[in-house]
Amino acid sequence: MRATRTEAWTGRILLVVILVLTVLPLVSMLSAALQPADRNPTGLVWPSDPQWGNFVTAFEVGNVWVLMQSSAFIVLGVVPISLVVATLAGYALGALKIPGSRAILLFFVLGLTIPFEALIIPLYYQAQSLGTLNTQWAVIFPLIGLYMPFGVFWMRAHFVNVPPELSEAARVDGANVWQEFRSVQLPLARPALSALAILLFLWTWNQFLLPVVLIANPLNRTVAGALTFFQGQYSLSIPLLNAGALLIITPAIIVFLIFQRQFIRALLQGAVKG
Amino acid sequence: MSSPSLDARPSAARDAGADGPILSVRPTRRVAARATARRAALTGWILLLPALAAYIGFVIWPLIQGVQYSFYDWNGIGLAEWVGVQNYVTVFTDPVLLGSILNAFILIVFFTVIPVTVGLVLATLIRSIRAGVFSSAAQTILFLPQIIPLAAAGIAWSWMYSQTGTINQILGWIGLEGITRSWLADYATALPAVGLIGSWVLTGLCTVLLLTGIGKIDTALYEAIRLDGAGWWREFFTITVPGLRQEIVVLVTLTVIAALSSFDIIYTSTQGGPGRSTLVPGISIFRIGFTQSDVGLASAFGIVLMVLVLAVVLPIQRLSKAND
Repeated sequence: MRATRTEAWTGRILLVVILVLTVLPLVSMLSAALQPADRNPTGLVWPSDPQWGNFVTAFEVGNVWVLMQSSAFIVLGVVPISLVVATLAGYALGALKIPGSRAILLFFVLGLTIPFEALIIPLYYQAQSLGTLNTQWAVIFPLIGLYMPFGVFWMRAHFVNVPPELSEAARVDGANVWQEFRSVQLPLARPALSALAILLFLWTWNQFLLPVVLIANPLNRTVAGALTFFQGQYSLSIPLLNAGALLIITPAIIVFLIFQRQFIRALLQGAVKG
Repeated sequence: MSSPSLDARPSAARDAGADGPILSVRPTRRVAARATARRAALTGWILLLPALAAYIGFVIWPLIQGVQYSFYDWNGIGLAEWVGVQNYVTVFTDPVLLGSILNAFILIVFFTVIPVTVGLVLATLIRSIRAGVFSSAAQTILFLPQIIPLAAAGIAWSWMYSQTGTINQILGWIGLEGITRSWLADYATALPAVGLIGSWVLTGLCTVLLLTGIGKIDTALYEAIRLDGAGWWREFFTITVPGLRQEIVVLVTLTVIAALSSFDIIYTSTQGGPGRSTLVPGISIFRIGFTQSDVGLASAFGIVLMVLVLAVVLPIQRLSKAND
């Protein structure tokens, strides 16, 4: 027996309501972005004369291209290194099971609950003494460290579930640790690795607090961090602000739509494991 | 590394006679196994080193620094003066700071209670959704708020809540012109309005996770309890909630952390205002540390926030294990 018909229909109607509410702010942004830039927009309308030019203006005034490059630089600085470092550590804890690995895992996991705000003050003075303050490195280095609790936890969870017989078989065949890691473990780890890559990309691209605090020039920040600069730039024009914000969220949405399945699986697994 | 003398033993033993190999090979194997284990441990530690270095260097060390700062009165440039626990006393006695902690706890209603409740209700009503175009489109849409930066959500909603924005427009359509206002500028409505932005961000995630979870509960359980004549509430509390315990614990943990350490949404929508009506610990720390340059107090508040999160989250984790 399934849920009764009334229940199922109530559920579906409620779901449609939630879906509409989810899209509403995004549609509302588009509606504002297409209204004349020099006037205060009025609510949700399809303007008679949509100002697509607002996007061009916002792109230029907001230096969106420079911002995308800066974001891409930060993502490239953070994600590949984090993946490699977390994989190595996850392998050590999950597959090699070195003595004390439980304690080390706990040490990492405790880091999962530290809010970034608790660290932001010392991170500022650390960047100052390292000489990285106001450069992208001020965000890249700490993010690698801040992602370690999740990354190590995630990769260990993968490696601990790989049957030990597989690596034993490789060892009997005379493979050393490195050969076994490359030919047996790495191919098996691909799904876990790509999910982690997606999550780290998303978290870095959308990172806000660190760039706002550690990089004074908005043009060197992540796109999310530069949104405050947009608010300053366009404080007089809500249409341009919304156009700029839409431009900034578009790349992540496109990547999301392309890798949808992997994204949703990664986020769901990430939620459950995290 | 095994020494040459150990390597030599098997061949010597082989010469010794029939029972030789059995006696000598065993210890050799054990020694070899121990050597392999030791080598694996060494390799393991080498592999762990970069992760430990990054974590200690950019999380643990700053944390220790933060604890140290929290005992000083320091403006970030001049000489620091030791003040003991004075900064912590301030955090727990200053009405402004206490107010921001209270606001963070109120946000839990919007970040945790509403999304998890909506998700549970939807999951119970729909229970099984047939895979198809509608369900996959629904999943995609429900995930959109997870993809866009929270800061952008703050900007989108500031516009929705403004005097000429979409919310007031919709209220006008349904004949509620009387209550229209600039929602984020009103002392009474700013905090709930900001909270609802959090509900918007998190409801989709909760719904999808709980729908996935409820699909895994054996339908026979539902059939049995319905034959038993159980009503909706009994069914909900005896089958659905226990069956989704793992998912609920995870979502409550995630969303409570998001509520207590909220920053992005508030920074781009209200900056803590009007007055202090939406001030939260994250914004307070930012202002105290970088606008007022009271590094000691800001650090102390950061440590307090971390301990608060732990104090709320650890018991929730316990809950999931205690019933296993």
